[in-house]
Amino acid sequence: MISIFFKRLLLAIPVLLAVASLTFFLVKLAPGGPFDADKAVSPQVLKNLNEAYNLNASEWEQYVDYMTGILKGDFGPSFRFPGRSVSEMIATGLPVTFELAFYAILIALLIGVSSGVLAALKRNTYLDFIPMAIAMIGICVPTFLMGPLLVLIFGINLEILPVSGWGQLPGDKILPSITLGFAYAAYIARLSRGGMLEVLNQDFIRTARAKGLTESNVVIKHAMQGGLIPVVSFLGPAIAGLLAGSFVVETIFQIPGLGRFYVEAAFNRDYTMILGTTIFFSAMIVFFNLLSDLAAMWLNPRSRDNS
Amino acid sequence: MKNLPLLTLLFLISCSSNITPVDDGLEKQIFHFGNGSEPQGIDPHIVTGVPEHHILISLCEGLTIPNPFGDGNLPGAAESWQISEDGMEYIFNLRKNAKWSNGDDVTAEDFVWSWQRILTASLGSQYPDMLYYLVGAAEYHTGEINDFSEVGVKALNKYTLKVSLKAPTPFFIGMLSHYSTWPVHKDTVLEHGSIDDRNGQWTRPGNFVCNGAFNLKSWELNNKIIVEKNPNYWDASNVKLNQIHYYPVSNVMTEDRMFRAGQLHVTSTLPSQKCPIYIEENNPDLRIDPYMGTYFYRLNTNNSVLKDVRVRKALAYSIDRKLLVDKVTKCGQIPAYSFTPPGSNGYQPETSIAFDPELAKQLLNEAGYSDNNAFPKLEILFNTNEDHRKVALAIQQMWQQNLGISVELVNQDWKVYLSREMVGDFQVSRAGWIGDYEDPNTFLDLMRPNRGNNKTGWENAAYDSLVAKANSTNDQTERYKLLNEAEKILIENMPIIPLYTYVRNYQLSSDVKGYNPHILDHHHPKFIYLERE
Repeated sequence: MISIFFKRLLLAIPVLLAVASLTFFLVKLAPGGPFDADKAVSPQVLKNLNEAYNLNASEWEQYVDYMTGILKGDFGPSFRFPGRSVSEMIATGLPVTFELAFYAILIALLIGVSSGVLAALKRNTYLDFIPMAIAMIGICVPTFLMGPLLVLIFGINLEILPVSGWGQLPGDKILPSITLGFAYAAYIARLSRGGMLEVLNQDFIRTARAKGLTESNVVIKHAMQGGLIPVVSFLGPAIAGLLAGSFVVETIFQIPGLGRFYVEAAFNRDYTMILGTTIFFSAMIVFFNLLSDLAAMWLNPRSRDNS
Repeated sequence: MKNLPLLTLLFLISCSSNITPVDDGLEKQIFHFGNGSEPQGIDPHIVTGVPEHHILISLCEGLTIPNPFGDGNLPGAAESWQISEDGMEYIFNLRKNAKWSNGDDVTAEDFVWSWQRILTASLGSQYPDMLYYLVGAAEYHTGEINDFSEVGVKALNKYTLKVSLKAPTPFFIGMLSHYSTWPVHKDTVLEHGSIDDRNGQWTRPGNFVCNGAFNLKSWELNNKIIVEKNPNYWDASNVKLNQIHYYPVSNVMTEDRMFRAGQLHVTSTLPSQKCPIYIEENNPDLRIDPYMGTYFYRLNTNNSVLKDVRVRKALAYSIDRKLLVDKVTKCGQIPAYSFTPPGSNGYQPETSIAFDPELAKQLLNEAGYSDNNAFPKLEILFNTNEDHRKVALAIQQMWQQNLGISVELVNQDWKVYLSREMVGDFQVSRAGWIGDYEDPNTFLDLMRPNRGNNKTGWENAAYDSLVAKANSTNDQTERYKLLNEAEKILIENMPIIPLYTYVRNYQLSSDVKGYNPHILDHHHPKFIYLERE
């Protein structure tokens, strides 16, 4: 397993290099530049600005410069926010986005796994239909609707939770975490139900029951280990998606996370910021995919033995 | 009993969040300010934009400050000034009690150095042209001269600043309330970088030094900027607020919810769909203030169809502006019949644009378009935004109905839209302009040839010379007469179609006092305080 881990880690290097190079040239293809503004700047000013950020050099020179920079861990200065480096901005937004993603995934797992397992065990009863119907709604209702809806109920009408912020007012982390977690809870519920159903019909479960194990022992110790493999495989991309896709929730709830920087950088043509965040998120996706693959491998006795 | 933990949690939450920031702010004189978007920075010589201005006006102070009680400006860092008879020389007497937030004296030399900084080309400032009215300033910025002593700004002594202008510029005093002319603390800037360092760390909390009523306390990126009362400010005894918290809320719906939940005293704007509802409900927090801005359409005069002035006029005459503001924008906007908003520092444009579909049709016929020779399809370019789309849809409808022209709406991402406008890749494009200072020149200068923001390809020598002449006279009546003539030429040639004059619409808590309407939306925080009736 360790050798697989390192092999995959090595493979990540060319992947990230390719992402960095592609993004570098793609962002330059988008019309408009970082210094275009409503009040147009004079050619003289534009020239000064381009000089200040080395944008007058040839594309190739800029590319070499940039790549040398990132190998040294320097993602360059933000064009949009003078005086801020991209690394600093990622470092500022990341803990918040991580915290939000952590609470969201926790909520998603708690609600998703418990309702999914319950639904599988009580197949074709109300305990199956109701959670699965709610899960379907969760999958269908986008976060940009769910968020304001929760705010309207709990923030404005009932006045029991703050409508925005992160760590500013008591309880302000509750609604964003639920909003983000709910959609994923729905997926997880359906995945765990499916996985569990498949496992529950297998011979080794019948054997376990025949041996006289208690139902909870059968479910928790034997069935869930195999039944939750799809959930674990889903978790890798899900966590990466939560990190990169938290933009909507961050905007609705005014949360100072990385997602907002990422999307706004694209609108602002903040080249270095787009590159920095893209490379960073790609690394996250590669890493979490690797982790979830390893976890799934470990959970599955067949592949565990093979490795 | 099963639900007891949940109920306890809800109870605790409800207890702890009963006191809203607005209530708490009233007690502690903390002003919670919805500020639109995350500011680029707070270096007055580098940043551009409205959120930046809101923060800078509390941190730094120029020679003059905006007057919250009417037109014109009040003394700021300068307690008085004399203008020579020819209007080309200004002597500013600086306050002897004006201090930087670290206790240093604010001196005339500080202004000289600060203006040298913004005119240093390698700094890449986007507003150096605000000082181009000074003798030698443009030449220094473009590298024609290298000796800053040749530029028309001198410290006669510690507290006397002399400014020499190229021509009488009656709006010069007004321009001084723009942040690009404000001073920065030389030693602090140089301690953290060079004069032309864009990335200097002097603007960070702990490093930042300036001469305004407030000082930078903390700055959490994308979250909140806190400024607190500066005890070294010359007029500190009249500053009633203790802190201002600026929130970069870019989503207008979120901002609206924050206001309704008592998390903000003032919002940066209003969701446009909610404005008519708030008007109908007589919402006491709704504010619709006059604003020196015009919403207009640019016509590309290099375009084969639009180069004919009759076509441009036909398009302008077939728009019912009153209908547009009453049924589409619906938030107190005023139909515009001139480029410069009426009443800008006493200037009243005398132009008119008729809504006359018959005349419009006739003009189009004269231009050679009839049933046999149909008018080609026209394209309206705008940046992706629901409000711009609604206006464009209405105009599309009016042109189709009144002129029989088929119109296509093209929306583009902001930067794509800007770059298409810049290279002239458009026929009709949406635009807006907000005055930088209180004078018609901030509008009319835009349409002179070779101005980067003209973007229509329109050039008119008579117009250019009238605006230039207006700016070289010291007599305000004569000046406004000349500018009015220029405005008439502009409307007669119609390279732009004015649609409506902006208003500032936002929500303001009734606790906030002294936040008076201001045509440029400048609010000096020393006049603001919180009090509940």
